[in-house]
Amino acid sequence: MEQKLKELQSQALEKIAAAANLKELNDVRVAYLGKKGPVTEVLKGMGKLSAEERPKMGALVNVVRETISKSIEEKQELLEAAAIEQQLAQESIDVTLPGRPVKQGSHHPLTRVAEEIEDLFIGMGYTVAEGPEVEQDFYNFEALNLPKDHPARDMQDTFYITPELLMRTHTSPVQVRTMQKHEGRGPVKIICPGKVYRRDSDDATHSHQFAQIEGLVVGENIRMSDLKGTLDVFAKKMFGEDREIRLRPSFFPFTEPSVEVDVSCMCGGKGCSICKGTGWIEVLGAGMVHPNVLEMAGFDSNKYTGFAFGMGQERIAMLKYGIDDIRHFYTNDLRFLKQFSVHE
Amino acid sequence: MFVSYKWLAQYVDLSGQTPQELAEKITHAGIEVEGVEIPATEMKNIVVGYVKTREQHPNADKLSKCLVDVGEEEPVQIICGAKNVGAGQYVAVAKTGAVLPGNFKIKRAKLRGEESNGMICSLSELGIESRLTPKEYAEGIFNFPNDVTPGEDALAALNRDDAILELSLTPNRSDALSMIGVAYEVAAILDRDVNLPAPNPTESEEKASDAIQIRIDTPKDNPIYIARVVKNIKIGPSPIWMQTYLMNAGVRPHNNVVDITNYVLMEYGQPLHAFDLDRLGSNEIVVRRASEGEKFVTLDDTERTLSADQLVITNGKEPVALAGVMGGANSEVHDGTVNVLIESAYFEGQIVRAASKAHSLRSEASARFEKGVDPARIQAACDRAAELMVELASGTVLSGSVIAGELAIESKRVSITLEKLNMRLGTDLQMGDVEDIFRRLQFETETNGNEITVTVPTRRGDITIAEDLTEEVARLYGYDHIPLTLPEGTVKPGSLTSYQLGRRVVRRYLEGTGFNQAITYSLTSAKRASEFALEHRAPVALSMPMSEERAYLRQSLIPHLIEAAAYNNARQIPSVALYETGSIYLNEGENVQPKEEERLAGIVTGVWHEHLWQGEKKAVDFFTVKGIVEGLTARIGLAERITFQKAAPAGFHPGRTAEVLLDSESIGFVGQLHPTISKEMDVKEAYLFELKLDVLLNASREDLAYTAIPRHPFISRDIALVVDSTVEAAALDAVIKQAGGTLLTSVRVFDVYEGERMEEGKKSVAFALTYADPEKTLTDEEVTAVHEKVLAALKEQAGADLRA
Repeated sequence: MEQKLKELQSQALEKIAAAANLKELNDVRVAYLGKKGPVTEVLKGMGKLSAEERPKMGALVNVVRETISKSIEEKQELLEAAAIEQQLAQESIDVTLPGRPVKQGSHHPLTRVAEEIEDLFIGMGYTVAEGPEVEQDFYNFEALNLPKDHPARDMQDTFYITPELLMRTHTSPVQVRTMQKHEGRGPVKIICPGKVYRRDSDDATHSHQFAQIEGLVVGENIRMSDLKGTLDVFAKKMFGEDREIRLRPSFFPFTEPSVEVDVSCMCGGKGCSICKGTGWIEVLGAGMVHPNVLEMAGFDSNKYTGFAFGMGQERIAMLKYGIDDIRHFYTNDLRFLKQFSVHE
Repeated sequence: MFVSYKWLAQYVDLSGQTPQELAEKITHAGIEVEGVEIPATEMKNIVVGYVKTREQHPNADKLSKCLVDVGEEEPVQIICGAKNVGAGQYVAVAKTGAVLPGNFKIKRAKLRGEESNGMICSLSELGIESRLTPKEYAEGIFNFPNDVTPGEDALAALNRDDAILELSLTPNRSDALSMIGVAYEVAAILDRDVNLPAPNPTESEEKASDAIQIRIDTPKDNPIYIARVVKNIKIGPSPIWMQTYLMNAGVRPHNNVVDITNYVLMEYGQPLHAFDLDRLGSNEIVVRRASEGEKFVTLDDTERTLSADQLVITNGKEPVALAGVMGGANSEVHDGTVNVLIESAYFEGQIVRAASKAHSLRSEASARFEKGVDPARIQAACDRAAELMVELASGTVLSGSVIAGELAIESKRVSITLEKLNMRLGTDLQMGDVEDIFRRLQFETETNGNEITVTVPTRRGDITIAEDLTEEVARLYGYDHIPLTLPEGTVKPGSLTSYQLGRRVVRRYLEGTGFNQAITYSLTSAKRASEFALEHRAPVALSMPMSEERAYLRQSLIPHLIEAAAYNNARQIPSVALYETGSIYLNEGENVQPKEEERLAGIVTGVWHEHLWQGEKKAVDFFTVKGIVEGLTARIGLAERITFQKAAPAGFHPGRTAEVLLDSESIGFVGQLHPTISKEMDVKEAYLFELKLDVLLNASREDLAYTAIPRHPFISRDIALVVDSTVEAAALDAVIKQAGGTLLTSVRVFDVYEGERMEEGKKSVAFALTYADPEKTLTDEEVTAVHEKVLAALKEQAGADLRA
C-alpha cells in the first residue's frame, strides 16, 4: 500500500508538471484528489488494515495529499501569472494614436477682454453696470454736457431712430443712469461694458458697431491722482507689470480736465510699428467728471468729485493679441474664434 | 490747422526749439501735433534761375529750348515742356543732380537731340498739392513774382524749407485756429512773450462813412459788422512770402487782395471778406435773413436756393454774400477791381453752421464762425487787412471804419481756491506756482488769501468754470508730475450680479460643450429684422441708415448666426457650432424706447462628434441641440421646469422643431432650419435654438440644498411598450411618473423601434424604470405592486401594451 501511494504521488507530480494550462491542472486535481480519485480509494481501503498500521498509513496518505495539493497550488500560481502575461500581451495597443476628442469651444476675444477688465475692477470694489443700447438723446448727450447745438456732437456721428431716440454712441449713458439711481449719494464705483454704434463705414480700423468699457468713480475727495493711480494698476494688469502710463491733455465735453492715456509700448520705448516709433500707444480717454454732469445726475458738485475713463474693447484686444483688422471681431470666422479657446 | 514754423516765429521767439521739440511740447500741453513736415527734406539742389532766352525746340513742337542763368559762370541749356515758359522769367530750376519728391533724380539728358541740363519746375513738382497752387501756375511752371537772385536756394525762397506742424484741435480749442492763438499757447509753454502786430493803416482825408452805410436787420444773428474802404488798389500777385505762407497753411493764393483777407484770417482767426465796391450795386450794406427760396450765385459760380434760416449780406436789394460762408459772384474781387470794401463781422455760430450744412460749404471762415470768433479781434483784423492793402496793393484807406451794431468785449472772471485745486488734482502746489502758470498764459490774476481770481481773455472762450482753471494748471504744470494714488475711504467688495454671473455660467457651459461665441451686428436689413422673431412686431428702423443692409434693429439673433455659419461653410469649414448672447429690440411704438431683451441663440452644422480611426462619426441632428439646451437648463437649475412640445414656427423644419416652455411660458425654440432656407442661405443642414436668456436667468434658482446619498439599493424594471406611432414619449413618461409615485426615482427611454417587425401604425418604446426608497430596502413585492399600477395606467391612459 505504501508502495502504491508513493507511485501515485510521483505520477501525480509528473502530471502536474506536465499540465500546460489551468484546465489540465484542474483535471489532475480531480483525478488524484477528487472523491473518486486513487488517493481517496486508498483511504477507503484502510478499513482492512490492522489497528497498528492504520494511523501510520493515515499519516502517509495525508502527506501524499498535501504534497500533491501544494504542488498543484504552486503550479496554479505559475499558470495564472502566465495567463495574465498572455492576456496583457494580447491587449497591447498603439498609444500614439489620437484620443477620442472632447469638444471645447471658445469665448470671443472681446468677451475675454471685457471679462478680464470687469474682474480686475471688481477686485477693486467696482460693480458692473449695464444699460440699454437704444438710448434717449438726453442720456446719450444732454446729461453728458452735450446740449443739442454743441459743436462736439459732430465728433461722433450718430444713428438716430427719431430725433429723441438713437443708438448709443458710447457707454456713458449707463454712468448717468447709475448716478441717477444713487440719488445724489456716493460713492459710485462702476464699470460699464457694452455695444455702441456710430455712423462709420466698416473698414480695417472702423466699425459701425463696436464695444466699449467705461469706469466711473464718484465720491468725496476723488482726485485726478486717483484716476492716474487706478489706470496705472489697469495698465500693469492688462499689459504687463513693466508698463507705464502717460496722460496727455485732451477734450471731452463730459470731463474737465480731460486726458488721453497712453501706455508704454512693449518695445520698451525703442520704437516699433505698433507705437509708430513713439514708444507710447494711445489706449483710452479719461478725465474728472464735469460738474455739469454731476449736477444733472443729481450730485452736489461742491461735495462730490469723480473720475471716468473709457476705452474700446476692440482696441485693447487688437493690442493684446496683435489683431490687425477690426472686422475680424464681427465676421465670426471659426479660424479666428477658435484661437481664443486657449487659457492664458 | 497747419502751422508754419517760420510764420509762427514772427510772433514768439522760437530760438532753441527745433520744430520736432516744439511739436512734442505742444502735444504735451494739450494740443495734439499730428505731424511735422519739412518739405525740403526730400528735395535738394533746386535754385532760382533766370530764363535769358527761349526758342522753339528744333525737333519738337511742344518743347522749348531755354538758356537759363542759374547763378553760375555760364548759363545752362534746359529743355522745357511747359507752355508758359518765356524769356525774362524767374523760375525754379532743378539742376543736374537735383532730387525732387519721390526720390526723383534729375540727370543730364538729351531730349530729341538737344542737351538738357536740369529741369524748370512747376509747384506740384516741388511737392505742393495742385489744389493749393495759384491757378495761373497750375498748368505750368511757376514764376517768382518779385526780386530773387539767380542761383539762390529756390526751396528757401518758396518756404519749402519751412516746417509745417499739423495741429489736431479738439472742439474747445478754437482759440488755436489762428497763428496768434497758437503763439499765445506756445508762449505759455516756453514762458516767452507774444509779439502782436499793431496795425495802424495810414488813412486818407476821405471818410469811409461817406462811401458806405451799413444796417443790420437781425442783430441777434450778427451783433456787429465793421467795414473799411480801400480805394485805388492795384490788383496783382501777392509777394512770394505771403503766397508761400498761405500754401503752407493749406490756402490757395489768388491775388493780393484776396490773399490779404486770407492771410489775416489765418493770422487773427477772424474771417474777412473783400467786396468789389464798384460792383456792389449800391452804397449800402444790409444784413438780413434770406427770404425763402431766394436765389443767389456764390463765387464758386453755383446758384444756391436760400431759406429763411440763413443770413445774407445784401446791397439793400439782393444778396452779395452768404454771411460767414461765401461771397457772391456779383461782387467778387477780380483783376480789374480798384475799390474794395473789407468786411469784418461777428456772425452767430449756429446760423453759419446751418447755412454751411445746408449748402455743403465748409470753409476756413465758416469753421471759425461756427466755433465763435474772438470779439476783441474784429476791429484789429479789419485794420490789419487795410494796412496790408496799402503796403502790398498800393491802396488808399479811407478814414475810419463804418461800424454797425455793437459787441461788448467782456472778459470772464473765474475763481478757485488753492485747496480745491490741489484736492481736484491730488497735488501740493503753492499759490506762487499757480500764479506763475496764469502769468505764462497772460491771464490776469488777483489773489485773495487762499483764493485766486483769473480774468480770462476773450480769446479763451473755453474757460468758464473753476474746473477749466484746474485743467490749465494741470496741463502746464504737467500731468507727469501728478502722483499716482488710489481713491481713499472704505472699499466695499465688488461683485457681479447673480444675473451677470448666470450669463457667464451659460457662456462657459456652451463653450464647454464645444460652441464658439459669436458676436454679430445688431443692425440688419428689413427682411432679416423680422425673420425668426418670437413676437410679431414691426422692426425698429433707423431714420437715416448708411445702407439697406444695416437699416433696422434685429428681433432675433438667428439670421446673423445663419450668415456666420454660411460664411464658415463656404470656407471649407463644414462643421460649425456658434452661439451668441445679445440684445434684440422690440418696437414699443413711435418715440418710445424699444424694449431690449437678452437672447441666447446657437447654430450647429456638419459633424458633431468625430473619431475617425475608430470609425466614429456623428452628424448633428435635432437631439444634439436639444441635448445642449437640456444640459443648459439643468446647469442653471431649471431642468424640472422645462418642457418641449412640437411646434412649427416660420423658418424651422415643421417636423423637427420644438417649442421650449418654462412652466407654461414659451421661451423659445429648438429645431432644424427649414431646408428651403438652408438652400437659400447656402448653409448646410443646420440645427438652431433661440431662448429668452433674460427669462431663464431671472428664473434660475440660487439656492442649492444637498439631499442625502441613497443608502438602500434600487431595483430596476425594464418595459417595452407598444403604442400608436403618434404617441409621444413625453406623454408615456408623464403617465409613468404619475403612476409610479415617490418610489419611482428615474425613468429613461432606452429604445424606440418602428418598422417591419411592428404592426402598421404602431411603435415600440422601451423604458428603464428605477425604484428605490430612501428609508429602507424595497422588497420585490413592494416594487411589483407599484409597477403593476404603472402598467395599468399606461394601458388605460395611453393604450400601451407590453411588447410580447
